[in-house]
Amino acid sequence: MAKKNRMTNEINAGSMADIAFLLLIFFLVTTTIAEDKGVLVKLPPYSEEPPPDVRLNTRNIYSVMVNAQNQLLVRGEPMKIEDLKHNAKIFILNPEKRADMSDDPTKAIISIKNDRGTKYKTYLEVYNELKAAYNELWEEAAMKKFGKNLDELKNAQQKEIKDAIPLVISEAEPTKFGEEK
Amino acid sequence: MSKFKKKQGNVTPGISTASLPDIVFMLLFFFMVVTKMRDTELMVKVITPQASELTKLEKKTLVNFIFIGRPTEKFKAKAGTKPRIQLADKFATTDDIPLFLEKHKISVPESQRQSVITSLKIDNDVTMGVVGDVKTALRKAGQLKINYSAKQRERTKG
Repeated sequence: MAKKNRMTNEINAGSMADIAFLLLIFFLVTTTIAEDKGVLVKLPPYSEEPPPDVRLNTRNIYSVMVNAQNQLLVRGEPMKIEDLKHNAKIFILNPEKRADMSDDPTKAIISIKNDRGTKYKTYLEVYNELKAAYNELWEEAAMKKFGKNLDELKNAQQKEIKDAIPLVISEAEPTKFGEEK
Repeated sequence: MSKFKKKQGNVTPGISTASLPDIVFMLLFFFMVVTKMRDTELMVKVITPQASELTKLEKKTLVNFIFIGRPTEKFKAKAGTKPRIQLADKFATTDDIPLFLEKHKISVPESQRQSVITSLKIDNDVTMGVVGDVKTALRKAGQLKINYSAKQRERTKG
């Protein structure tokens, strides 16, 4: 008798799990795991005037054109996206000091031009590969100079490396080909 | 001998479910913390492309979102099938972008307005025409920090 009495005095917590499950399922359904990552880009300021006509040595310009058929033309030659990063790295560093590649990493300029009909996916892939080329160069430079990974370095040291190989990507106004009807 | 037998016969060892609520609550709190309530209904289909060189968006309050994609089934009749821009919860044109940016800017403390980032959530399938127009509008409005939203993938070899 005494045993039975004690049992009834406890609060029944059995339904607690059910309530918690209900809430859990609600949050599971409404959750969108935040995928807030992306390729960070800094746009140039807008100006009405046409850009100043600065004569740049063509050897320092790495022009990448993407047409409405999503094909690449790099410095006048067709190229596959897979080869873009490798070739860009060679162009920027110019280890063999070739006369048709950049004087110096600080002078190298990447120029991207696309059609209005270019797929966004292709465009971003191209941009991503070029950014990857620079990131890899920075990482290699950090390893060579300080013997550490880039993200382990102090801010001043990171800046030193990025100043030696500055990322300059210029984007031309797109041409009007392949506009969607 | 008989002592053991008696015990086995009387008490059936069931699995204790007393810790179940604790486990479930733990999961519940996890999901409550990571949940971000979707405050805007997506009216355009956006499947972002993949990229390897990603930067994380740190402060949520400093970010505003522009969606570009084709209208979903529900809105096809109203908005057509061409790629459209969605700002907050309605379809928009590039002319609406400055006002949209300004509205967001007001909600940001003045000292942090320099670091506002616009996250562009653009569908794989969209062509650069509309994206270029948005970029021009952003440049005109002085919003120069942008982030092309993408999914993580491995860097290509070579």
